[in-house]
Amino acid sequence: MEALYLLVPLSLCIVVLAVWIFFGAADSGQFDDLDGPGARILHDDDAGPSGGI
Amino acid sequence: MDNALNYNYKVVRQFTIATVFWGVIGMLVGVLIAAQLAWPALNFDTAWLSYGRLRPLHTNAVIFAFGINGLFATSYYVVQRTCQVRLFSDTLSQLTFWGWQAVLVLATVTLPMGFTRGKEYAELEWPIALLITVVWVIYAVVFFGTLIKRKVKHIYVANWFFGAYIIAVALLHVVNGASMPVSAMKSYSAYSGVQDAMIQWWYGHNAVGFILTAGYLGMVYYFIPKQAERPVYSYRLSIVHFWALIFTYMWAGPHHLHYTALPDWTQSIGMVFSLILLAPSWGGMINGIMTLSGAWHKLRTDPILKLMIVSLSFYGMATFEGPMMSIKTVNALSHYTDWGIAHVHAGALGWVGFITMGSIYYLIPRLSGKTAMWSTRLIDLHFWVATIGIVLYIASMWIAGVMQGLMWRAVNADGTLTYTFVEGVKATYPYYVIRFGGGLLYFSGMLLMAYNTFQTMRATASADAKIPSLLPLHA
Repeated sequence: MEALYLLVPLSLCIVVLAVWIFFGAADSGQFDDLDGPGARILHDDDAGPSGGI
Repeated sequence: MDNALNYNYKVVRQFTIATVFWGVIGMLVGVLIAAQLAWPALNFDTAWLSYGRLRPLHTNAVIFAFGINGLFATSYYVVQRTCQVRLFSDTLSQLTFWGWQAVLVLATVTLPMGFTRGKEYAELEWPIALLITVVWVIYAVVFFGTLIKRKVKHIYVANWFFGAYIIAVALLHVVNGASMPVSAMKSYSAYSGVQDAMIQWWYGHNAVGFILTAGYLGMVYYFIPKQAERPVYSYRLSIVHFWALIFTYMWAGPHHLHYTALPDWTQSIGMVFSLILLAPSWGGMINGIMTLSGAWHKLRTDPILKLMIVSLSFYGMATFEGPMMSIKTVNALSHYTDWGIAHVHAGALGWVGFITMGSIYYLIPRLSGKTAMWSTRLIDLHFWVATIGIVLYIASMWIAGVMQGLMWRAVNADGTLTYTFVEGVKATYPYYVIRFGGGLLYFSGMLLMAYNTFQTMRATASADAKIPSLLPLHA
């Protein structure tokens, strides 16, 4: 099952990359406020011809 | 007019129109091939109209044309509005538009001509595959470049889903596309035999997981809250299920290869991870549907919301059915039957189709300087016609699939097979007819959308919206 010699290391690299990105994001405060962002997009007025606020 | 003060709506508008256009084309080819299965005379004894060549044209047109144009349009819109900054580069984004349309035109020409790599959802021969790689790298530059120059510190969750889809497609395409060209339109896969099969279905299932799931969850997390005017039900859940999803999807591919030459232990891993996948998938479904808390009444009058919420119902259904079909004993019956087709189309027509349509209906008025689509009643009619179409489609293919599985395995007392293969084909005929009817209804819905889109957008020009000054709710 030689394909696994490619797929397993490749997938592990992806996992390592994903873990690195996750902790990078968490450490830089991306997940500190979990209430604001949900509401924030609703305050962005994109309706109508002129858009924007 | 200083461009930096406006969003780039032009490229979003281009991709939006392309989505509707290719949706009509892709579904039309689907209706034709469905008819050919019921009435083979419709192959017209013509090579470039034959089922074998048109089927990959259908799959490529609905996934890469309808589907990915929709993802381009929505990802470019969402990343701009949530980052409150114009796209990284107008020129590069134009390159992605024209480059992608070139890929699609080439597919439309080369697939009926019979040029194919023979790999499902990866049929396009090496020159086109190279063009895809170039366009995709530019797409990544535009999308991530926009994220990097964002004015809002927090990266809204939808962008994580779009980002994961873009990165995953790059990886999958390059690895599965590895091949040795031998002539202008012919190449051989770098892999062979069951090794190639494993890599193909690592690719194939991750295409489902990262394009057809992660990408569209990006749409869910922006357009459903915006249309419902309610925030995402649980922002925390959206983050948790995102990471769970992308970790688990990579390992599910072997469920396409049960009872083949693939080693048993590899099949088992695929089965187990496919079952685990049910949890993060339903996390997304629940999050999206429960976003309507306090706004359920809107479903009565808003057909766009109907499309979006029903898309999540089909998503939940397909992500329950998928894990069930990944169980080896179930798969022993379902593999190679029309049950697989039923499953794909519940996901494709119900989940992917409906969320795309809902999101595009949201976008079109905003890109045309209007407050609503030309006809809301037509959206409602579209919704109902298409839903009935889906139900007919999947019910007929479920019955056909289980029937085929049972007929193929039926043995007489003396151990001989009860039915010949062709008897199974003959028994499937009425279900092919019903499926054709269901598909025709779904396609009619798409035509209604095209008409409504035309009436809304005609005689309007693209006008970039002004970027609002940064809102006090700094995140």
